[in-house]
Parts: sequence; structure tokens; C-alpha cells
Amino acid sequence: MDLDDQANVNRLAETMGAEDMIVLLGQPDPNSTALFAETVTRGDPTWAGPLAGVPLGLPVYHILEPDVKAQIDPALYEEHVGLMELSADVGEIVKEVRRYRG
Amino acid sequence: MELRGKRVIAIGEREGVQGPSLKLLAESAGAEVVFSVTQCFV
Repeated sequence: MDLDDQANVNRLAETMGAEDMIVLLGQPDPNSTALFAETVTRGDPTWAGPLAGVPLGLPVYHILEPDVKAQIDPALYEEHVGLMELSADVGEIVKEVRRYRG
Repeated sequence: MELRGKRVIAIGEREGVQGPSLKLLAESAGAEVVFSVTQCFV
């Protein structure tokens, strides 16, 4: 994740507290999903940014997860996610993000 | 997990679902988006 954005996420978690805070991802494949999910849970795996060694432990979800999709207006979801949903490996993406949710 | 009432950090991706779209979708479900961004994964 971009270093400035790591700093922003870290600041938000520190100043607002992690209660009722979640991270929602929109990555198109399992590898990038895993990288971002790891960064906001266990810390930056590349050890390059402000979240290196900082296990925020934020609950992380992906927009392709059925439980998330079910809460969103179907027309809006189709407009913004429909195309990616067709081409993405939804099963593997969901497996990855759930792995980091513990 | 219920989105309604949650504070959401939305991390989108240029080749996937972008930050502003995630924000719109999460807000439509009753969440408060406190930060949204679009990453470029290479």
C-alpha cells in the first residue's frame, strides 16, 4: 500500500479508535487482496511503510463477499462491481480476505 | 457483519473497484466512510 495511505490508515485507527471500524477492499485478484488485507491486520509485509510491524488488526472485508453484497442496493452494485464480479476469481478472493480476518 | 453504523476505510484499486465506488456502495448500506483511496497494485 502507498506509504502516505498507510500513514493515513494508521492515524485514523489511532485517533478514532478501532471500535466499529472496518476496512473494505476492492482489489481484483487474490494476490493484491492478500497484500492489502495483511497490511491492515498484521502490518506491512514489505516493511517499507508506516504500518511495518504495526498489527492494527482491523476487521477486513471485500466488496465481492456475498454477505457484503447482500447489504448493498443491487442496481448500484451491478453498476460499480458487476463487471469485476464477472471476471474475478471470487472464491479465491473471498478465501484470502477471510484468512486475514482470523 | 452489518455495514450500517460502521466506520469504513475503503481501499479500492484502479483495476478493480475504485475508492469512490466503494465509498458510494458502503454509504448506500448505511456506513460512514472515513477514508477512501484508490491504489495502483503493480
